[in-house]
Amino acid sequence: MADILIRSVVKSYGRTKVVHGIDLDILHGDFAVILGPSGCGKSTLLRMIAGLEEIDAGEIAIAGRVVNELEPRERGCAMVFQNYALYPHMSVAENIGYSLKIMGIRKAERLERVAAVARIVGLEEFLDRRPAQLSGGQRQRVAMARAMIKEPQVFLFDEPLSNLDAKLRVQMRIEIRRLHRRLGGTSVFVTHDQVEAMTLADKLVVMNAGRIEQVGTPKEVYHRPASLFVAGFIGSPPMNIMRVERATPGLARLASGATLQMPRLDTVPESSLRLGIRPEDIELVAPGTPGAMEMPVEFVEELGAGHLVHGEFEGAEFVVALPGAIEVVAGGRLHMRFPPEALHMFDAVSGLRLDGGEKASGLSSGAVREFA
Amino acid sequence: MIERTPLLNFTTHAILIVGLVMLLLPLWIVFVASTHDFRTVNTVPMPLWPGSHMVENYVAAWTQSGFGPKMLNSLVMAIGVTTGKIAIAALSAYSIVYFRYRLRMVFFWLVFITLMLPLEVRIVPTYAVAANAFRPLQVLLDVFGMSWLLESVTGLRLVLPEWSLLNSYSGLILPLIATATGTFLYRQFFLTVPDELLEAAKMDGTGPLRFLFDILLPLSKTNMAALATIMFVYSWNQYLWPLLIVTDPAYGTAVMQLQRIVPGPLFGEPPRWHIAMAGTLIVMLPPLLVVVFMQRWFVRGLINQDK
Repeated sequence: MADILIRSVVKSYGRTKVVHGIDLDILHGDFAVILGPSGCGKSTLLRMIAGLEEIDAGEIAIAGRVVNELEPRERGCAMVFQNYALYPHMSVAENIGYSLKIMGIRKAERLERVAAVARIVGLEEFLDRRPAQLSGGQRQRVAMARAMIKEPQVFLFDEPLSNLDAKLRVQMRIEIRRLHRRLGGTSVFVTHDQVEAMTLADKLVVMNAGRIEQVGTPKEVYHRPASLFVAGFIGSPPMNIMRVERATPGLARLASGATLQMPRLDTVPESSLRLGIRPEDIELVAPGTPGAMEMPVEFVEELGAGHLVHGEFEGAEFVVALPGAIEVVAGGRLHMRFPPEALHMFDAVSGLRLDGGEKASGLSSGAVREFA
Repeated sequence: MIERTPLLNFTTHAILIVGLVMLLLPLWIVFVASTHDFRTVNTVPMPLWPGSHMVENYVAAWTQSGFGPKMLNSLVMAIGVTTGKIAIAALSAYSIVYFRYRLRMVFFWLVFITLMLPLEVRIVPTYAVAANAFRPLQVLLDVFGMSWLLESVTGLRLVLPEWSLLNSYSGLILPLIATATGTFLYRQFFLTVPDELLEAAKMDGTGPLRFLFDILLPLSKTNMAALATIMFVYSWNQYLWPLLIVTDPAYGTAVMQLQRIVPGPLFGEPPRWHIAMAGTLIVMLPPLLVVVFMQRWFVRGLINQDK
């Protein structure tokens, strides 16, 4: 079983620490996506799994074997690179079959396996071409075929879709997902694109500044973000965040003095906190309804299926997502209500979720015991 | 940049044509001189139009100088030096670019500095080494007291045998194969190869040697051709080094031989320029052919467009 177990892994370049002690379990069959802004250490983590970067502290185990000291070829992983990294002087068939050639497999068997893999990714007609004669999507397929032919237990993807155009990206996303199901290994996919992450992942790992912010299914991460960072990073447009103080029981006071009904507020000890609400969770109400908030509309983004209303609320930018049927014009006023159950509470200092959000730990309970 | 300026076009063409004429004029004079008889060549001024003795001059140059075996020697030397230079350049650049070790940059700069030291500067020490290739080792042993130590312990004085490279093909070739130009050219090429290629190769399971032979060297084919062309011409034209190291005519090279056909057979006779010029053109032919055949690759290698 190709579980990938990561324990307190640290990486620094010179004096700058880029990965600060990461713990993460990726179990056999998982499609794990590591998502984070650029420079958060996600690619470094992937490259440490692959063996392309040394591990400064901590341990990584693949399929029950600590791989810290193993060469990349001994780890049983295959990798797909962002810029494909195909060998320019070899034909597609040679590119795909190169690892078999190194393993010393006979030519006849090699050709057979190359043909089989090429059929899966739809490259049969292009086997004699050079990478330079292929389109971006075809090159990406060659890179994937090259990874598949070794029948590895672990597939590593380093932002493989970011060089493709939008339409192709969607198509390749579906193909990668299909391949994962068909091949049944463990996949780790690094990206900075949240749509890619949400659609591909069984297990979504959100990273920021060398640490894991949250691990969960895409649904969990979206609906119960574990920190202000995750709340602001996942979702487009991102969650609206408001500063509030606890007033009388069950009432939150906004900066302007307006108050908000919030019974759950009493379950947490903090008196100064942040409230978040997703743009699509905001309800419109008739003017004058008790508890209604008012916001001047600055401009409206038309999306076809709906629109995004931008304005300023409580001294910060605020976005409301509305269905297409509702007409809003710039310069008008929006009357809205925040359903208490849609509000997310965060600690103002640590940024962590207050009402029992998932812990920012990547350990699965089962695997912890197996791993000494 | 596309510009349509007739005046500029005319000027640039004029400059190019003047440059071409200046380059070709000496060659033309050489050719004209090789087609006249002894008397005409030595008149002042020499005619600038070809004469009628071309065939006999070339035959005379070929037979009198014994170019056959000399050309073969030159060819062995040129091919040996070229191959050696490419091998050394590729290996040293591979080490400098792809391996992390202490003093890596120091080594690179040491190699680079030798760009400024032509063969002529180091020709005396090189000769000393060529006369006895074990000498540097012996000196090191003496300086670090190893021979003394051995002598005091065993009572035997360690004297390495002499290994002379004089009058041999290895003597002609080995001292010339170190090349800063080649190392630099290869280093620049290796730096343009994306890191992902190395990483992909690592994931595919290659070791360092396979990566060099399967990926880097095939990718550097055009570079190799450019380097080979330059280096073939360079080593074919070597004069001073063969002259110094070769006393046995069996190892003489064609360029060395040229100098022997200039004076007349009798002492005090005026130089036989017509034969000498014919010989010059014969000796020029092989490098010229190499350049003509390699030209396409050569240009691609230098402008590095083949990606």
